[in-house]
Amino acid sequence: MRCDEVAALLPSLVDGVDETNLAIERHVQECLRCQTDLVRYRKLVRNLELLRTRYIEPTPGLLGDTLAALTDAAERSAFRTIVTGRRLAYAGAIGGTAVATAATAALLIVRSRRRSGLSLAS
Amino acid sequence: MEEAELIAAAQSGDREAFDELVRRTFVDTFTLARRLTGNEEDARDVVQDAYLRAWRAIGKFRGEAQFSTWMYRITANAAATHMRKRRRHRTEALDDIVEPVDARPESQPASAAESADSLERIGAALDHLPPTLRSLVVLKDVYGLPHEAIAEELGISVPAAKVRLHRARRKLRDLLYEEGAEAHAV
Repeated sequence: MRCDEVAALLPSLVDGVDETNLAIERHVQECLRCQTDLVRYRKLVRNLELLRTRYIEPTPGLLGDTLAALTDAAERSAFRTIVTGRRLAYAGAIGGTAVATAATAALLIVRSRRRSGLSLAS
Repeated sequence: MEEAELIAAAQSGDREAFDELVRRTFVDTFTLARRLTGNEEDARDVVQDAYLRAWRAIGKFRGEAQFSTWMYRITANAAATHMRKRRRHRTEALDDIVEPVDARPESQPASAAESADSLERIGAALDHLPPTLRSLVVLKDVYGLPHEAIAEELGISVPAAKVRLHRARRKLRDLLYEEGAEAHAV
């Protein structure tokens, strides 16, 4: 393998050697330039791991803003739940009234038909 | 109060318990958001969105991982969504733009590599990576998330995640060791 081919694959070698990159590993063992490059990648990854505990201080007030945003969201959600519940209650009441009205109307129609049937028969 | 107790309380709707979880993880989550976005303004939006998502989804948290690890995944997803929205407002192909950064160690990079100054330079170089590459290197190399989790949160395939990670490492190495990169351009 040539250096330019290996150079493109070196970033993957940092994660370990397997059968797919054995050829690269063999090249690196014999090539000082690629060795140097691989050392740089390994150093880079090692330093990136160290960044994990280098905390960045949040902007002052951001924690308070975030907690306030959470409170707003929770209140909005609770309000939505109440509104949805009321909507369901209203819809239920309207639906119930409509059913009762229809039933009464049907009953009245049936009665009036029976009466008209009886008067015709007599 | 132990984390598990706080989580259980938050899952039953206790806002105070959730607020305590926010306080305990805030600096860590903000740091991740800042590293993923590359700037403070976006990090503020991402961190707030991440905690809102966490509050809505706390019932689904199984406790298999630590709360902070769960927050990493939510933050990664929130940052990806945020950066996608931002990209829609921009015409540049961000993937192809790597601004020059004065990230080279002035002398003896090997000996300076472990120093705080060197870590600062790496942090600065990270900020200069395109967002799609930066997120890979931050989530894998800094926070140690597995490729599968990263791919899931960023909405890409595992092979794509690996390819992007290698591209990111290469660009980062170029930014930090430009001299070496030129010498090696065989």
